[in-house]
Amino acid sequence: MILKMEKFITLTSTVVPLPIENVDTDQIIPARFLKATDKNGFGNNLFADWRYNKDGSPKADFVLNNTQYSGSILVAGKNFGSGSSREHAAWAIDGYGFKVVVSSFFADIFQNNALNNGVLPVVVSVEFLAEIFASVNADPTTTLTVELENQTVTNNTTGKLEIFAINPYKKECLLNGLDDIDYLLSKKDLIEEFEKKAH
Amino acid sequence: MSNNAQTPPSGGRGAATLFDKIWDAHVVSTVENGPTQLYIDRHFCHEVTSPQAFNGLRTRGLKVFRPEQTTMTADHNTPTIDQDQPVKDPVSRHQLDTFAKNATEFNMPLFYPLGHTNNGVVHIIGPENGFTQPGMTIVCGDSHTSTHGAFGTIAFGIGTSEVEMVLATQCILQTRPKTMRIIFNGKLGEGVTAKDLALYMISKLTTGGATGFFVEYAGEAIRNMSMEERMTVCNLSIEMGARGGMIAPDETTFAYVKGREFAPKGEEWNKKLAYWKTLKTDEGAKFDKELVFDAAEIQPMITYGTNPGMGIGIKEAIPTLNSIDEAGRISFQKSLDYMGFQAGEKLEGKEIDYVFIGSCTNGRIEDFRVFANYVKGKKKADNVTAWLVPGSWKVEKQIREEGLYDILTEAGFKLRQPGCSACLAMNDDKVPAGKYAVSTSNRNFEGRQGPGARTILAGPLVAAAAAVTGKITDPRA
Repeated sequence: MILKMEKFITLTSTVVPLPIENVDTDQIIPARFLKATDKNGFGNNLFADWRYNKDGSPKADFVLNNTQYSGSILVAGKNFGSGSSREHAAWAIDGYGFKVVVSSFFADIFQNNALNNGVLPVVVSVEFLAEIFASVNADPTTTLTVELENQTVTNNTTGKLEIFAINPYKKECLLNGLDDIDYLLSKKDLIEEFEKKAH
Repeated sequence: MSNNAQTPPSGGRGAATLFDKIWDAHVVSTVENGPTQLYIDRHFCHEVTSPQAFNGLRTRGLKVFRPEQTTMTADHNTPTIDQDQPVKDPVSRHQLDTFAKNATEFNMPLFYPLGHTNNGVVHIIGPENGFTQPGMTIVCGDSHTSTHGAFGTIAFGIGTSEVEMVLATQCILQTRPKTMRIIFNGKLGEGVTAKDLALYMISKLTTGGATGFFVEYAGEAIRNMSMEERMTVCNLSIEMGARGGMIAPDETTFAYVKGREFAPKGEEWNKKLAYWKTLKTDEGAKFDKELVFDAAEIQPMITYGTNPGMGIGIKEAIPTLNSIDEAGRISFQKSLDYMGFQAGEKLEGKEIDYVFIGSCTNGRIEDFRVFANYVKGKKKADNVTAWLVPGSWKVEKQIREEGLYDILTEAGFKLRQPGCSACLAMNDDKVPAGKYAVSTSNRNFEGRQGPGARTILAGPLVAAAAAVTGKITDPRA
């Protein structure tokens, strides 16, 4: 068995707020950066067109270039990760150093891709999300605590807590650093049986 | 969702949806409290989302489990001129070489590199070579895999980790999505295309409105469509967040599939056909959500913003800021600023700079027929750069054989070579910053067609009118 992913257990961190809705994977990592044949280095081009000027200098008004904000939790507006299925988006977020993305909902393919790379998508209510943005806006040192075992996310400024949903199987995978291929490879006999029945 | 996975709505008891029937026929096992292990009949593979998956197999010391069930074509990161020459960009060339090396090393029998007669955009060559057949489960590391749902398949986009799973085991783990049926009653008006129907639907549902759902399209307007038109509709399912979209197969479907290179033949055809005829939603089957639209109300559509849900009828005005939810106003304004448009303004008559015909959405022979029919006897506007990119070499050949090539040339248009091209602008087909492109592709995201490019999505007929007038133009006028 190969432990491909880092185990995820609990995390307390300041956050990077991105209060934009429908952030598509073309923004997370533009297509011209998809020419690589390995998974490394995408973090440098995370949000490239929002983050850098044409000459490669940082755009002062983008949140990743604002020294007030840092941390391993990205908080974004609803429908984060829509569009292209490129897993490079998850590699870029992971590569930059984010371990958790919080939003009020995620696009399906991105959500799977994140989980398959040990990045935890945390779905919170619209109100809870708005409150995080308000807390961070008032005080950039605001932290969130995410505990996977009991599936809670806490805004440590307000003390408010929400329980988030995660598929129990995926939770086990994250807690133990396992991936789906390990599971599927252990079911080879079932697959061959299925093929015989189907044909 | 996990409860659903354990007790499928059909379960052999009572009425089932088309989705239920195909899904249930492909369940290998169900993880306790977890996803379904789903068997995949056909896997499509391209050069951009597969190299890391093949690397994964190497790291684990694995072979490809069923090489004959994977079709490989180079399309995303390829030039659309001089394909017989070495690819100029060394990084792109390396990616294409890696694709070829993986095909050889893993003994993949269905490998279609640049220049091969079966080469082209993955979602175009699948159906046109008969790989796509009713009742199948189909995946590809590309979100527009939903295209194949037009044949009554469960087809959806996956990430590279999942590509590796399919290569290694011909299975993936998936949570059963919810189901939605969208019915289009009545007939589409004159000058209104399948693309307009899809953009209309997405504008009503919004870009995330079908997230978590698998959609079945039904109703008179869908039944009346050709396979090419049905593919356009299913293709765009992902643009409202849907996991996929599907249409029950019928005589139109069977006639399209019959005789294609990889379609069943002889006795096998008869056997398959009998099964395919059972693939429809039973009367009384339950969907998690149902929507009904009147096809006659749909106008030629264009988009004004930076996601495909931001669409309006060509004669309508962009919504005003007050009509947008408060939480969405920052994003809405950001979008209009990027496009250089004002809230509340009309776009008909606006000058444009580029026209792109092509992509897995509108790069099929019918799209070129529609375009050629409109521009016949007219001339391309001088201010417009037009990129006409066939979806495959077979489409290209047909364009020549049907005499469309001569019509296009006469009207001042040039034909390029097949590929995804300006749809995602990984190659040199990039729209310059600030320029407006009327594009038959699927995404108007910021920078999608090149850094700073401004995309207006439309059908092939609206694109033809824009190419001739140099302006956003109602093709019915």
